[in-house]
Amino acid sequence: MPYRSRTAWVRILLLCIGLLATASAGAYTVYVSSEKDNVISVIDGDSLKMLDQVKVGQRPRGIALSKDNKVLYICTSDEDHIEVLDLATRKVTHTLPSGPDPELLALGPEGRYLYVANEDDNMVTVVDVENRSKVVEIQVGVEPEGMGVSADGQWLVNTSETTNMAHFIDLKTNEVVANVLVDQRPRVAQFTPDSRQVWVSSEIGGSVSVIDVASKTIIKKIRFEIPGIRAESIQPVGIQISDDGRRAFVALGPAARVAVIDTTTLEVEKLLLVGQRVWNMAFSPDRTRLFTTNGVSNDMSVIDLKKLRVRKTVPVGRLPWGVVVAP
Amino acid sequence: MQMRIWLALVLAGLPLAAQSMTLEIGLLSREADESLPLTSLEPRIDDNAIAGAEQGIRDNNTTGRFTGQSFSLTPVVLTTGEAPSDAFRAMYAEGTRLFLLNLPAADLLELADLPEAADSLLFNVGAADDSLRVDACRENLLHSAPSRAMRADALAQYLAWKRWTRWFLVVGRDPADRAYAEALGRAAKRFGGKIVERKEWTFDAGARRTDSGHFSEQQAVNAFTQVDDYDILLVADEADRFGEYLSYRSYRPRPVGGTQGLVATAWSGVFEQWGATQFQRRFNAETGRWMTPLDYAAWLAVRSIGESATRTDSADPQTLRRHMLSPEFKLAAFKGVPVTYRDWNGQLRQPLLIVSRRILVSVSPQEGFLHQFSPLDTLGYDRPEVRCGQ
Repeated sequence: MPYRSRTAWVRILLLCIGLLATASAGAYTVYVSSEKDNVISVIDGDSLKMLDQVKVGQRPRGIALSKDNKVLYICTSDEDHIEVLDLATRKVTHTLPSGPDPELLALGPEGRYLYVANEDDNMVTVVDVENRSKVVEIQVGVEPEGMGVSADGQWLVNTSETTNMAHFIDLKTNEVVANVLVDQRPRVAQFTPDSRQVWVSSEIGGSVSVIDVASKTIIKKIRFEIPGIRAESIQPVGIQISDDGRRAFVALGPAARVAVIDTTTLEVEKLLLVGQRVWNMAFSPDRTRLFTTNGVSNDMSVIDLKKLRVRKTVPVGRLPWGVVVAP
Repeated sequence: MQMRIWLALVLAGLPLAAQSMTLEIGLLSREADESLPLTSLEPRIDDNAIAGAEQGIRDNNTTGRFTGQSFSLTPVVLTTGEAPSDAFRAMYAEGTRLFLLNLPAADLLELADLPEAADSLLFNVGAADDSLRVDACRENLLHSAPSRAMRADALAQYLAWKRWTRWFLVVGRDPADRAYAEALGRAAKRFGGKIVERKEWTFDAGARRTDSGHFSEQQAVNAFTQVDDYDILLVADEADRFGEYLSYRSYRPRPVGGTQGLVATAWSGVFEQWGATQFQRRFNAETGRWMTPLDYAAWLAVRSIGESATRTDSADPQTLRRHMLSPEFKLAAFKGVPVTYRDWNGQLRQPLLIVSRRILVSVSPQEGFLHQFSPLDTLGYDRPEVRCGQ
């Protein structure tokens, strides 16, 4: 091995630092709502270090990133409103009306309208983030929760936990035009990027219904089998679908695993072991990583999407619920 | 500006029945007990079970709106002396085939054996008798209320987890008290409890309202409980006559559980896990009170009917019963796992809450109690233990 002088080593070291600096120029930030600590944890996407824990209102659950990536909309459920967090200053600048007990929210593709599920009065509230006002309230089934908006801006799907239905709301008229019966206790509704399918998870039914948007029929109910895990513990909640539409990821709750599904065959490709009661997930902007919130183990797992392996799990606030990643 | 936009009706493309189907559900109860409640903090409840059933009807109808099914409840309260079979036959004559029964075991069996009951489906929402689940089963009778054995097992598992294994059993004089004591005895053997002392409570009810009534109670309980050491005093007092008087008065500083104190129950107003908060609030907003275990059992029965009716698109009792006993049936009941019916005796299996007066303490089955098919079957009578011939 060739001898290297000390200055040579220093130059190599500086070069490496330089490379690292360039790499972190593409860095991103992960935001996690902590239902019990009433904070939004701010985590550096590269180093996975906790940068900050921003105090917000009581019981923050669903969170969504604004279209310009500058603010975070937070459902502070026990305050009966939505808080708007400026990500540069890390301060809550104002609130938005939401109807009582907002759990989950979805931002329309144009970035102006927020769709909020009000569990207590069976409504979906549509909020204009610019005017900071309620536009309309749409009555849906009992205990609405999941909200999915199609990328083409045509459809909003809201799931109803007690009626076991996915309600299709036509966004041109804000009216419910179709209702599809799924399995027990539906939680999350997620459209495919091409807006042709919507995937709905049934937490107690233990399945994911893949619904064809055009015909409003279920193409397949995906079920999960995990050796050594009882069927009742497999409780699908969060769903994320890759940009190219080829892979879907489903968080399986107390089964502590994320299922990787091939969207052409609708078969489970792989199961990834993360933390306890995994509910929600978010992609990194470069789509190389997937972050999961593990509610009962109070941590967040990082999945390497190229290798399809869990890289690391880091502690976040207590009862982590929602997660978004901002570039 | 707020506008409410009401639902458009079901349009073509919805793969469910467009025809309207009505399911009438009868609820038979006996008149509520006239005796004063133990404490003014707990108001007298006149519509126990009925309010729970009505909540189930409302929930069923929210789905039913979309599926073309409508559910209705006919509650009948029997006065003393009225025979349940008369009321049953009358409802059957009106077309009712689905019945919730809040009646003692003897009445349940009498009704289940009526010729009219042969093509009906009956739900026991109130009787905890283990015999109904072990050797006096009926094909047309399902149980949405937990049995005494289930409640005793749920408590015993928690006590095993706590390692409070020495039990001092205090039993009242009613047959129901003895039955619960028997269930505790069985639970002790199953889960490693040891009944180190057993005494029968033979005193009269407490003198709560008389001046200085506490003095005699203090003395009586102190003397009565002066026994060798134990970990927990388990009381069997199903009529709620004396059990509450034992806490904080026992000779030894030991907790009280069983029918009072630390209790295993299907439901409580204190419970808020697994989405229960919304459920509790909805019931409270409608009734002004909190849901009781009896309300919850009635709700479970009505929701079972609703769930099966939606999935089978049928109102036929036999079709519904077959579906409920099949592996396809699952009900979301705010217990964290789906609840289902045991096909060997028609008992609904469910996690049970371990509660104090004001908060939830635990939920059974406890971690670590294993079972070949379902941990929920560690509570109550399992398949090999029953003689039902189903």
